[in-house]
Amino acid sequence: MSAEASKTAAAIDAARAQGRAAFVGYLPACYPDQQTSIEAAVALAEHADIIEIGAPYSDPVMDGAVIQQATTEALAGGFRMDQLFEVVREVSSRTQAAVVVMIYYNLIDRMGAEEFARRLAEAGGAGAITPDLIPDEAQPWITAAEKYGLDRIFLAAPTSSAERLAAIASASRGFVYGVSLMGVTGQRAAVSSAAQEVVTAAKAAGAQRVCVGLGVSTRAHVEEIGSYADGVIVGTALVAALREGGPEAVGQLASELSGNS
Amino acid sequence: MSTGFREASGPYFGDYGGRWMPESLVAALDELADAFGKAKADPEFTEEFERLSREYTGRPSLLTEVPRFAAESGKARMFLKREDLNHTGSHKINNVLGQALIARRLGKTRLIAETGAGQHGVATATAAALFGMDCMVYMGAEDTRRQALNVARMQLLGAQVVPVEHGAQTLKDAINEALRDWVASVETTHYVLGTVAGPHPFPEMVRWFHQVIGEEARAQILEATGRLPDAVTACVGGGSNALGIFHGFLDDPSVALYGYEAGGEGLETSRHAAAITLGRSGVLHGARSYLMQDEDGQTVDSHSISAGLDYPSVGPEHAYLADAGRVTYEPVTDAECMAAFESLCRTEGIIPAIESAHALAGAARLSAAWGEDGAERLIIVSLSGRGDKDVATAAKWFDLLPAEGNTEAPQEGVQA
Ligand SMILES: Cc1ncc(COP(=O)(O)O)c(C=O)c1O
Repeated sequence: MSAEASKTAAAIDAARAQGRAAFVGYLPACYPDQQTSIEAAVALAEHADIIEIGAPYSDPVMDGAVIQQATTEALAGGFRMDQLFEVVREVSSRTQAAVVVMIYYNLIDRMGAEEFARRLAEAGGAGAITPDLIPDEAQPWITAAEKYGLDRIFLAAPTSSAERLAAIASASRGFVYGVSLMGVTGQRAAVSSAAQEVVTAAKAAGAQRVCVGLGVSTRAHVEEIGSYADGVIVGTALVAALREGGPEAVGQLASELSGNS
Repeated sequence: MSTGFREASGPYFGDYGGRWMPESLVAALDELADAFGKAKADPEFTEEFERLSREYTGRPSLLTEVPRFAAESGKARMFLKREDLNHTGSHKINNVLGQALIARRLGKTRLIAETGAGQHGVATATAAALFGMDCMVYMGAEDTRRQALNVARMQLLGAQVVPVEHGAQTLKDAINEALRDWVASVETTHYVLGTVAGPHPFPEMVRWFHQVIGEEARAQILEATGRLPDAVTACVGGGSNALGIFHGFLDDPSVALYGYEAGGEGLETSRHAAAITLGRSGVLHGARSYLMQDEDGQTVDSHSISAGLDYPSVGPEHAYLADAGRVTYEPVTDAECMAAFESLCRTEGIIPAIESAHALAGAARLSAAWGEDGAERLIIVSLSGRGDKDVATAAKWFDLLPAEGNTEAPQEGVQA
């Protein structure tokens, strides 16, 4: 057991103590460039409890068009893994937010789970969300995360069986990422009714904290999900704001979504 | 050499395979694995599959000796396993009919598929037409241009073809897009993966539907010559035709097995698709296998003159057979494969798929290396498909097109 306590759990619990769900915001590293991505994340952290920094990847199967376009641009701009840690280091040191990375597993695998965990912890990161890694395949990552005191956030889906949810809950540390609908990232008009069922089922299976994401883009969505989940995750809408209006627009949207404005 | 390779089953093949997939798809994969397990043990299912193979695909496919082609490279006798004669023109139909039957058992009404060369997309569109299902085929935008005739074929068969504009716009990106569709549509939709890659149970299941190739070939060569071959050669994209034919011989230690990857413009150029020869272990599209990737783990774009081999990874069972030393994998360049393509056309009156021409080139290489010893030896080549779809590519390669293509004039302003 690592001595290090979960940073994301602490962030969620602090929000809960204020009578609200945690606000979790996603932005990709190095989009549109490294420095702007840092400034955007810092602006986001004015209003967010947890920041997800996405690692641009060549084959992002869980991402819709907006995020794909951003990460493809970051890759075309020459994104390297070293920069992911630099972004995490800057954002962690300049903000109060817990900073996790959202990363497809081959990027961890190539570096080696142990080395990845060591560098992430050293940069001040809180842990990682792994959208294409299921607990069944995750032993090397779990062992490494454990060693360096990092949170490991697995996904729970509307189609996950009770048995799988139990495995997901016990493999996760920090929180479980409840997938609100069957689909990839991207804005949706309404929150799927599956979202609340995922939270209820994951909790029944032993998850202590469940944050919900995919398709969340308005204050109304945030309020609705915040009424039953421990945290609300917004990605695509923030990436679109960054594309349209830079870090300032990200700060403005985050303020709106979090209910601070 | 150890035996028992034939019985290898998923989810893991040695260190490879598994399920590197979003949680959202795991329930569907479990359901599929369960349905497949039950189906292959159910005589009603196997009889229906065999009936379709016989009456629709045209199985068994022929084993044809090709003495004039063989004589161009050496002394060995060569036989072609004629998957090119199957309905729709390649081995791909074996797997597609099997999966469509499973999809029907699962109550799914829509089939989706990725395609590179278009052969798998055409086969899937064909099965959807036959079974009265909806069909959507994802194809890299680059490939829709290279294989425009196959796009029209799929449309005639009632399928919707979606050009994928992301990434390199080839096969791997089409798979990404099909997976994104499947995550959102899994309740009504079956994803007909076209090769022995992907998450469990696909590698095991797709191989099972293709095993008939090797079983037939083994019986046919015994019948024709009274003995087993010395070597079997096949091209390897994801590796389905190769595993299909190898399977019949995996536990015959006297039969050497050779898989040929696309060497593209040469391994020194970085424009190739030699995942086993130059790749390293990694995870892509749901399986751990050999993968063409950079230092950070980003997938490297592959290249081959044949769209069907233009894939930066390979099925996990091949990675296992490579490590175990049971199968030898070597690259064949675009130039070598096109020489074999031309030779088979000219000497035997058979136009092969450019994919399959890699296996022909490999057989020619083997026979040449054997020299006089080849006189006693037999090779079976997996002729996985026919070359109708490749005539435009070949005409360009051999400069058979009207002068327009050779003009020195700048591209702009030239009327097509
Ligand atoms: C004729 C033919 N052969 C081979 C392949 C490669 O696939 P696999 O390696 O799965 O047999 C293709 C793929 O499109 C094909 O069309």
